[in-house]
Amino acid sequence: MIFDRATAFKLVIGLLIFGGGAAFSLILDNYYLQVLTTLAMLCVLCWAWNLVGGYMGYPSLGTVTFFGIGAYADGIAQVQGFPIYAAWLAAGCAGAVVALLLGLPLLRLKGHYFAIGTIATVEVLREISNNWETLTGGAVGINIPIQPGSPDFVGRFFFLAMLGLALASFLVTIVVDRTRFGFGLRCIRQNEQAASMVGIDVFKYKVSAFVLSGVLCSAAGGIYASMVAFIEPKDAFNLITTIEIPVMVMLGGMGTIFGPLIGGVFYVVLKEFVWAYFINWHSGILGLIIVAVIYFLPSGVFGISWTSALKWLKLRRRPAPPARDIVTPAA
Amino acid sequence: MLGQYITNGVLIGGLYACIAVGFSLVWGVLNVINMLHGSMVVLGAYFCLYGVQQLGLPLYLVAPAVCGLLFLFGYAVQRGLLNRVVTQPILITLTLTFGLDLIVNNLILQGFSATPRSLVTNYGMLEFLGVRVPVVRIGGMLVAGVLTLLLYWLLRHSKIGRAIIAVRMDRHAAALMGIRIPQIYALTFGIGAFMAGAAGCATALIYPVTPMMSGVFLGKAFVICVLGGLGSVPGAIIGGLALGIVEGIGTLALGQQWATSVGFMMMMAVIVLFPTGLAGKKGYE
Repeated sequence: MIFDRATAFKLVIGLLIFGGGAAFSLILDNYYLQVLTTLAMLCVLCWAWNLVGGYMGYPSLGTVTFFGIGAYADGIAQVQGFPIYAAWLAAGCAGAVVALLLGLPLLRLKGHYFAIGTIATVEVLREISNNWETLTGGAVGINIPIQPGSPDFVGRFFFLAMLGLALASFLVTIVVDRTRFGFGLRCIRQNEQAASMVGIDVFKYKVSAFVLSGVLCSAAGGIYASMVAFIEPKDAFNLITTIEIPVMVMLGGMGTIFGPLIGGVFYVVLKEFVWAYFINWHSGILGLIIVAVIYFLPSGVFGISWTSALKWLKLRRRPAPPARDIVTPAA
Repeated sequence: MLGQYITNGVLIGGLYACIAVGFSLVWGVLNVINMLHGSMVVLGAYFCLYGVQQLGLPLYLVAPAVCGLLFLFGYAVQRGLLNRVVTQPILITLTLTFGLDLIVNNLILQGFSATPRSLVTNYGMLEFLGVRVPVVRIGGMLVAGVLTLLLYWLLRHSKIGRAIIAVRMDRHAAALMGIRIPQIYALTFGIGAFMAGAAGCATALIYPVTPMMSGVFLGKAFVICVLGGLGSVPGAIIGGLALGIVEGIGTLALGQQWATSVGFMMMMAVIVLFPTGLAGKKGYE
């Protein structure tokens, strides 16, 4: 592992953010705690996606598959009478197993087929959870025992659990970013054949990243299920979320350490605002946000070249130059 | 009993083929997974309902007008929005069309409300060897089938069709031959939208329509496209019929609720075993 000054700096900044979050949780009221818990959860999913989609460059749309698996594993374990921590452990393990089983066939695919294959896993698992009534309760869902304690205490408990998981994802990302493993993933993103030629065991790397990502997502799903105390197929395997996650990471910057966090914060703030003021139009506005991100911030908020943006602004103040045909590089 | 299910499967398969062929063409030629496709089908269905019920026009006038409108819509979307990012990686184009899908679906929901609506049509039943079939389904299937064949003919024999196929086989070489790529892309997307409109009209005749159905249509299009191979019209027909029949048999064997899962499982199997689709060959019509 290469641990240089820049990495140490990033680590310290990250730890400060997490420490600040934990300290804040003591004074915040339940609404903000709820929002921050959602934010922490989305950040976990973003960091997990970033390993596969960002570092490795595989357009995975299966985040929610593992999230849902984790949620159901947690729900089923708790209904069977296992304690909550055992249920979370079960969620993580279930995610690892499913990621391994799905990764072996799916990671042979590339590009469009990989994207479609991973989307299909979401659909298939939603259908299965809808129909396998003896295990999952079908469309009725599962009621999970509610945690004892006052709402304030329970809210803080789940926030800290989610924050802890987010911290774990952050640390995993730092380690991946700075080790041979992450270097190999970046090689795979750039050129898989070349990566294989310089001695990287491409398939093993891909499966490892996929499983790592799956474990983080399913653990988040487990904590989420315990928190809301009720899961149903529509909620656990939500197609919109599976596409929102890459959008968030894109917003923050793909294949970077802080990209998922920044994207998550921007997105959650925007979404809360939209939900609060445009309830009937929220999905349309969400769509507009996605479109805007694609057109205006394809490499994230930190991908903007501020110097050239300034230059552009200055140019605009001058009288317009004589018109000429602009050849758009459309295709 | 089995005959009834297979007949139903074939009839619904024709509609599936019509839904999938536009999606498949866009994917094959533009290399874009068009998440907007399901909403375009729903849009077509609602336009059709609006024309027939609100404006009181006859169906044979409304349906072509709806298809034309959808063509213009598709052409404009490709020309104005998608052409700018069409060469970007898959993640960009897919999320972009997904964003557009959210917008269009929200507009449909606000414009037409979520209540299921249907054209009440009753042209009677045909009965043959104990298999009962509503006439309107046969009509819908025939129109969808004829349009799909027409598209096949267009791609094979017209100048535009050959240009589309050329762009699909090699974009750069086609550009060197003097084909205007953005134009062809926009036309292709327009044709995809046209077929979605036709499928929407046929759907409005057969099923009650809600805005939520767009995801179902999109799912069918995925499955058929993977089964039949990308951008191939015969592939879409074969894939559509296969899916219809398999769903029919799956319904009989496992019950209605598993029908969709059977389709998706089949798709997962095909995607892993034959990544270029059952119809195989890439690039040619």
